[in-house]
Amino acid sequence: MLKDQDKSPASGGTHPSSTNLTEVNADTEMLSGGDMVARALEEEGVEFIFGYPGGAVLHIYDALHRHPKVPHILVRHEQAATHAADGYARSTGKTGVVLVTSGPGATNAITGIATAYMDSIPMVVISGQVQSHLIGEDAFQETDMIGISRPVVKHSFLVKRTEDIPRIIKTAFYLAGSGRPGPVVVDIPKDITAPSYKAPFDYPAEIALRSYTPAEKGHSGQIRKAVELLLRAKKPIFYAGGGVIQGNASAALTALVRHLNFPITNTLMGLGAYPGSDRQFVGMLGMHGTYEANNAMHESDVILAVGARFDDRVTNTISKFCPQATIIHIDVDPASISKTVISHLPIVGPALPVLEEMLTQIKDIEAQPGIANQVDTEALDQWWKKIEGWRQTHGLYTANRFDDTSEHIKPQEVVQLLHRLTEGKAFVTSDVGQHQMFAAQYYLFDYPRQWINSGGLGTMGFGLPSAMGVKLAHPDSIVACITGEGSIQMCIQELSTCKQYDLPILIVNLNNGYLGMVKQWQDMQYESRYSQSVYQDSLPDFVKLAEAYGHVGIKITDKSQLHDQLQTAIEISKDKVVFVDVYVDPHEHVYPMQIAPDGAMNDMYLSKTERT
Amino acid sequence: MPASDSNNISRRIVSLLMENSPGALSRVIGLFSQRGYNIETLTVAPTDDISLSRLTLITLCDDQTIEQITKQLNKLIDVVKLVDLTEGEHIERELMLIKIRASGEAREEIKRTADIFRAQIVDVTSSLYTIQLIGTQQKIDAFIEAVKDSNVIEVVRSGVSGIARGEKVLSL
Repeated sequence: MLKDQDKSPASGGTHPSSTNLTEVNADTEMLSGGDMVARALEEEGVEFIFGYPGGAVLHIYDALHRHPKVPHILVRHEQAATHAADGYARSTGKTGVVLVTSGPGATNAITGIATAYMDSIPMVVISGQVQSHLIGEDAFQETDMIGISRPVVKHSFLVKRTEDIPRIIKTAFYLAGSGRPGPVVVDIPKDITAPSYKAPFDYPAEIALRSYTPAEKGHSGQIRKAVELLLRAKKPIFYAGGGVIQGNASAALTALVRHLNFPITNTLMGLGAYPGSDRQFVGMLGMHGTYEANNAMHESDVILAVGARFDDRVTNTISKFCPQATIIHIDVDPASISKTVISHLPIVGPALPVLEEMLTQIKDIEAQPGIANQVDTEALDQWWKKIEGWRQTHGLYTANRFDDTSEHIKPQEVVQLLHRLTEGKAFVTSDVGQHQMFAAQYYLFDYPRQWINSGGLGTMGFGLPSAMGVKLAHPDSIVACITGEGSIQMCIQELSTCKQYDLPILIVNLNNGYLGMVKQWQDMQYESRYSQSVYQDSLPDFVKLAEAYGHVGIKITDKSQLHDQLQTAIEISKDKVVFVDVYVDPHEHVYPMQIAPDGAMNDMYLSKTERT
Repeated sequence: MPASDSNNISRRIVSLLMENSPGALSRVIGLFSQRGYNIETLTVAPTDDISLSRLTLITLCDDQTIEQITKQLNKLIDVVKLVDLTEGEHIERELMLIKIRASGEAREEIKRTADIFRAQIVDVTSSLYTIQLIGTQQKIDAFIEAVKDSNVIEVVRSGVSGIARGEKVLSL
């Protein structure tokens, strides 16, 4: 009885505005639910669907077979479908699309959905569900996808009527890509997509929601106050995160930073938002941030945070965070402001219009005479001298931060070499661990969307499948997956997908024979007791493994051969997947590393023997 | 400046309008458990506009946390509008049904107590009273305190509903 009530429009089972869909226009097409899904994806301009078929989505797969306009990429595990869609989305700015079946298909997708959620990546995940009348009866391959995904989605829909499919899919894409982007789940019971029932297909041109109105620009008065703070600053710093990249605001940010001649640091998610090889860039900040970035943050008097969220991996101990700084925080999501660190001047709005207006206002003020209307260049010169001093003493790129005379290949030099040989123009994906930090530190990202990694959730297994999504979107670019022998094994089955769709990716496996970041912590905090971080000679022969999948494998163990072999690998990777297995120093650590707990931004270990 | 606990925990009444759609309530409740906020009481029912539900909840938190709670609630797609009633003058009411063993001398005493509180006896048997009481949380707490020496069999409380005083309204 309750079930029936649930389905009636009066109980709120459907959106009130959907009732008018029953008035059928004479020239409105009649389509099955499955065909509606295919057509809706076509209407949205979807370039690739990443998915895996199963019972509950067979009607949709049959419809896709008849609608070849939207290519489908068959992955080998649903987690990879979400990561591939994620990589596609991060590298293009468009919404990634995933199609999975009910039950295990849906649960396998959860890790990738959570990954996208933590990094605010636009994604629409369509999951099959058991037939409506079976819901709640523990049917075969039934799982409560709406419930299980709820904490890691921006929003979700359970489709209850075939008629609702166009409006719901339109809304899903709108929500996923607007405001602070994120993943949206659309769960569709099998009977809703059955070919036997046809309903009018009328795809809405746009969607307006009374409960959702993301900010379109910042408050001019607040921007004015921020500009005044910036012009009065003596030790300013820009702190830019992934929101700048997501908000397509890199050019605006770069113009503003260059105009002011202020230093800028990027978060792990923000790398590429400002050119990494530029003089004003002081490197990444945070746990493995540069000495100069963390010091500049700590001593700054004005911080302009944009599209960054004061993550615990950035701030270190909150109560000791940047004691002298007045904090301006630009974010499209009001809930990000003053969540962990209180902002003195919040500006709610998308990064692009806010930064553009900021530069316009600054130029207007500077055009007026008077010393108060100009940047204090004298103070700024002093500030830059100080920063240059930090750079010279312990900087990541100017000082000798790792022993390149070692007989071992150092992971850092592999990344540096890759940067040089690819002229800094490759798309780089990574997994999670030491290799991720080395990639972030040493591949100087000059372009937004060039650096693809799981920053928030820290998902091992992300690198290879996300590289597939990047490669599909950018077939003419070099796509390198910097990984480790631990992470790569979490989604290694995707080597098969790369074969099927001819996706030549360069896999650079920094193989140290340990779960490197776990080992580093065990070295530093557990007196080198390597609890479950060692494989004990159980690693596969990655060259043979690559060959088994029809790819090329190259093993590099000799330091003198590193350059030539990597060069060869890059050449081959223009046509074929190359798995480069580089044996690196097993005992290298990532430095700098902030001292926790109770440390401030600028409390760091600088090497195994030095600390601030 | 850290956004640390300021230790001034206070009682907040958050009242919101949300889409009357399946899953909306679970999103609100899920948010509270997911982010470690507490819920003391919760009431929810459709409004005169069938497409909207009104939800009222009480939470105990500091100023910093209530700001996050209201922002996070506003962020939920199903939440249309929201107000922290405790920020201004407001009326709050809770309903209680309480079943008390009432025989012998206690029977008259319970009746007198109910009268003092302007409660109503809504069901009677030879040995039981079922009493209905409407009021603020404190009033209901006070009544329970007043009859605690009696044999209380069952207590049902609705949770607090609230509305702002005067011209201030929460509507579309």
